[in-house]
Amino acid sequence: MFDFLDSGQYDLLGAFWVTAQLALYSAIGSLVWGTALVAMRVSPVPLMRGFATAYVNIVRNTPLTVVLVACLLGLNQTLGVTLGAETFENIGFRLAVLGLVAYTGTFVCEALRSGINTVPPGQAEAARALGLSFTQVLRLVILPQAFRASVTPLANVLIALTKNTTVAAAIGAAETSLLMKTMLENETDALFTVFAIFAFGFIVLTLPTGLVLGWAAKRLAVKR
Amino acid sequence: MKLRSTAAAAAVVVLALTATACGSGSDSGSNGDKITIGIKFDQPGLGLKTPDGKYAGFDVDVAKYVAKELGYSEDKIDWKQAPSAERENLIKNGDVKFVVASYSINDKRKKEVDFAGPYFLTHQDLLVRADDNSITKVEDLNSKKLCSVTGSTSAQNVKEKLAPKADLQQLGGYSECLTGLENKAVDALTTDASILAGYASQKELQGKFKLVGLKMSDENYGIGLKKGDDELRGKINKALEKMVSDGTWEKLVKANFGPSGYKYEAAPAIQK
Repeated sequence: MFDFLDSGQYDLLGAFWVTAQLALYSAIGSLVWGTALVAMRVSPVPLMRGFATAYVNIVRNTPLTVVLVACLLGLNQTLGVTLGAETFENIGFRLAVLGLVAYTGTFVCEALRSGINTVPPGQAEAARALGLSFTQVLRLVILPQAFRASVTPLANVLIALTKNTTVAAAIGAAETSLLMKTMLENETDALFTVFAIFAFGFIVLTLPTGLVLGWAAKRLAVKR
Repeated sequence: MKLRSTAAAAAVVVLALTATACGSGSDSGSNGDKITIGIKFDQPGLGLKTPDGKYAGFDVDVAKYVAKELGYSEDKIDWKQAPSAERENLIKNGDVKFVVASYSINDKRKKEVDFAGPYFLTHQDLLVRADDNSITKVEDLNSKKLCSVTGSTSAQNVKEKLAPKADLQQLGGYSECLTGLENKAVDALTTDASILAGYASQKELQGKFKLVGLKMSDENYGIGLKKGDDELRGKINKALEKMVSDGTWEKLVKANFGPSGYKYEAAPAIQK
């Protein structure tokens, strides 16, 4: 039943490694971008607030496939952006990270905003009264507590991101779903086995993420 | 109490839905006087669902001819989409009577389903921009940028046998590859010549691209049907033979692939 795995024809671990890398880089990128977005959303400058709100609402409601294919057709094929990569596989990978960061950043932003809402407004007011600037209030008082309160929703975003990486196959990143499509094409007599292997692989990736971050959420939560 | 009645109502709905799902799946591709045939909905020239809800292409025309020979007129055909990865299951579950969907005959697939035909012989080929003459043989590919559909046999052939050094881009569909080809992001699009010819024959693309004419593999398109159904297989084979001998085959090929200048092979012999 699993004999096609022994043929050495398929690099299963390699494909999952690419998926893990894709998820990791995108997670770091979207955490940074999401934090920047949320800072803009709560900032006192109307232009920044307006931009962040519009960006989040537009990108969050665009299907991920559309975002990624737009990166490929628009940025790469039409404008010639290669992000410093030479081969199509690397271009696909980098474009996928870019698209995933742009997309997932909106969810990180909203998760963090819910965290900000858990901080009593009195703290911000007190910090302002002490003479702290907006960035200081955000950096020293609000965001540290907001991050600790939003570990659980951020874990959700990370798990969703890990699974969303499969969409990157549409623009040629050599991750798991690309290998799965290859295997489905060749192993027509073992369709369900192939599906099961990949489903199991994703559980191996995401289940520990959920457990570890669930534990971390309890440890880090701000006791009020 | 309220919760319990809600739960009960939900259970009833779920059960009812499951029952309907079972009900619709139990027929075997032909309910009463209708026949269900699996085709591609997204391949111009072979099987394409047009915006006005009609179906066009060589596979569609072949399916219509075979259905007519089996005693089903055109309005008795239910078309069902048969994407590559689902063809075997559609046949095995009895969702379709047979599948005419650029379905290459190979040994792995023969384990799962039976094939009538083949009704068409094609080869893996290249589509390039009409003014590009730099590719004349397979060896030229190693320095080129190629594009094909994710995981397809053609993509694997390039990677493993034909041109391992070529820079291969695997995308979700041929349309994305065509955009790249038009913008010169890639040099060639590779897959079965019949599929390429179908794209090149589209009205808005005519004259922009051309086929190179390399024969990099043999693909025999067959009609997939349930394993062991020799009666149906015999009937379809007979219909296919008649289609070739009465000239319909030639006419259909010309009508569907003609504008691309595709040099097609003569009709292959039926495998009994």
